[in-house]
Amino acid sequence: MSIPLPILDAPVPSVSLAHLDDLWFQVSGTVCNLTCHHCFISCSPHNHTFGFLDVETVRRALEESVPLGVKEYYFTGGEPFLNREMVPILEWTLRYGPASILTNGTVFKDEWLERLRRAEDASLYSLEFRVSIDGFTAEDNDAVRGSGTFDRAMRGVRQLLAHGFLPIITVARTRDDADDVALVKGFARVLKAQGYDRPRLKILPTLRLGAEVDRQRGYRDEERVSPEMLEDFDQGLLICNHSRVVTDRGVYVCPILIEAADARLGATLAESLTPYPLRHHACFTCYQYGTICSNASSGRRDA
Amino acid sequence: MPEMERIAVFGGIYNNYLALDAAIQDARQRGVDALYCLGDLGAFGPHPDRVFPLLREHAVQCIQGNYDISIGNDLSDCQCGYTDPRDNYFARLSYQYTYQHTNSANRDWMKDLPGQRRRQLGRYRVLMCHGSPRRMNEFLWESTTSTHFLEHLADAHQADVILGTHTGIKWHRQLSGDRHFVNVGVLGRPENDGRTNVWYAIVEARPEFRVEFIPLAYDHPALAAEMRSERLPDEFVETVLTGWWTTCLEVLPARERRRGKW
Repeated sequence: MSIPLPILDAPVPSVSLAHLDDLWFQVSGTVCNLTCHHCFISCSPHNHTFGFLDVETVRRALEESVPLGVKEYYFTGGEPFLNREMVPILEWTLRYGPASILTNGTVFKDEWLERLRRAEDASLYSLEFRVSIDGFTAEDNDAVRGSGTFDRAMRGVRQLLAHGFLPIITVARTRDDADDVALVKGFARVLKAQGYDRPRLKILPTLRLGAEVDRQRGYRDEERVSPEMLEDFDQGLLICNHSRVVTDRGVYVCPILIEAADARLGATLAESLTPYPLRHHACFTCYQYGTICSNASSGRRDA
Repeated sequence: MPEMERIAVFGGIYNNYLALDAAIQDARQRGVDALYCLGDLGAFGPHPDRVFPLLREHAVQCIQGNYDISIGNDLSDCQCGYTDPRDNYFARLSYQYTYQHTNSANRDWMKDLPGQRRRQLGRYRVLMCHGSPRRMNEFLWESTTSTHFLEHLADAHQADVILGTHTGIKWHRQLSGDRHFVNVGVLGRPENDGRTNVWYAIVEARPEFRVEFIPLAYDHPALAAEMRSERLPDEFVETVLTGWWTTCLEVLPARERRRGKW
């Protein structure tokens, strides 16, 4: 059981939901087959703080999202494909809108990918796979994600390619001295060797929460968002301005803060549309880098 | 203003005055009540100032795109909304060239264009915008825009028909209550389908709504030759000659990306 996130004791700005563009699902809770050292919600095979969503819960939320005009759907965990209903959940979602799934790429079965290929072909919408790999060598990646995970994720990439998907490789900047240009070049070379001749990459900062606090450090006291910082700031860059996340314990403001008690906004989407005060240090990372959770290749959103 | 039933709508021109000239002639031959352009007059191609006399002479009614706001207001970049370093590198080259070759009278003209236009087409209330009605440079791709999101836009902006461009790829979706969203495509460069033609849309209400996407051939070898003599990037020239995008690819969603070569 993790320790709830502390709430800042200082004046903070509040962010209103401009429109619910992106609806997230914490579809495998905090359960993961890996135990990455930088995981901001400390997911592991044994972390059951949040549990799996079933297909019926997702369907109800999809229905509720229609009159709200949601634009896109995102699925995260944990490792989403540990949820045995993941394939039917995505099949359902693609009837409603575009779906993106954040996975470690290590547990795919070919029959799942065959079904998902058919589901995307039958849909108007894109099915995006985001595969987390945190170094372009096994040495760099496995130091953070665990022994053998580089080779397993690369196998996952090959499986996705074989089924006609073009995964977005999501890379956390796990070293303070990381050189983005070198990362891009290194990944391009390695992925081309896997047969991915037009690799798509997204580089992310880490969030100084959960396991990452022990691996590197937590937030410093001054790393927070003050009311003045939001003056003349494009709030569209903050995920809480246009997203919410459905979990098995209710609807939360964003996937990063699900361990914060004040981030639970209600039992339904309708209850979750209220403004949110930025009472957490992690909001500073979102402020610094823009909407790091979107599919765009850098933090900046499409505005 | 007499009631309109049939209009031609051009998307981004991207300095492609040869395609604009061909599109104006083509649309006139097909018989339309008016010509519109949804912005992004500059970018990518050669000789920006050659676009403006055509627009004025043929009374093409324009709105601003992100490029026009940037050039008109001397901003430092195009606000295209790219997120990838390589895409941004080429966007900068394109913007610097266009900015340096657009005279001040044309910059002022762009600065004064409206951000949106509303028109009545038969019984339909038409809203013309660049990216989306809520944000000038929002990318509304066919494969990442849910139908109920478009319903929300049509409700919120009180429109029966929303016309946009910005992404560079045409599409149309019918909404409830005989409402429609149409991305009219662009004149500026081909559509990443291996064909060298570009596209525009004829939208009509006689009285039923109908959109026809028009494939437009133009003298693309001449455009390529001019781009080379202006020392624009070889990657841009390749797109004109092959119909495949070579840059600005990282904003494409999976489905649109798969259709292309790169």
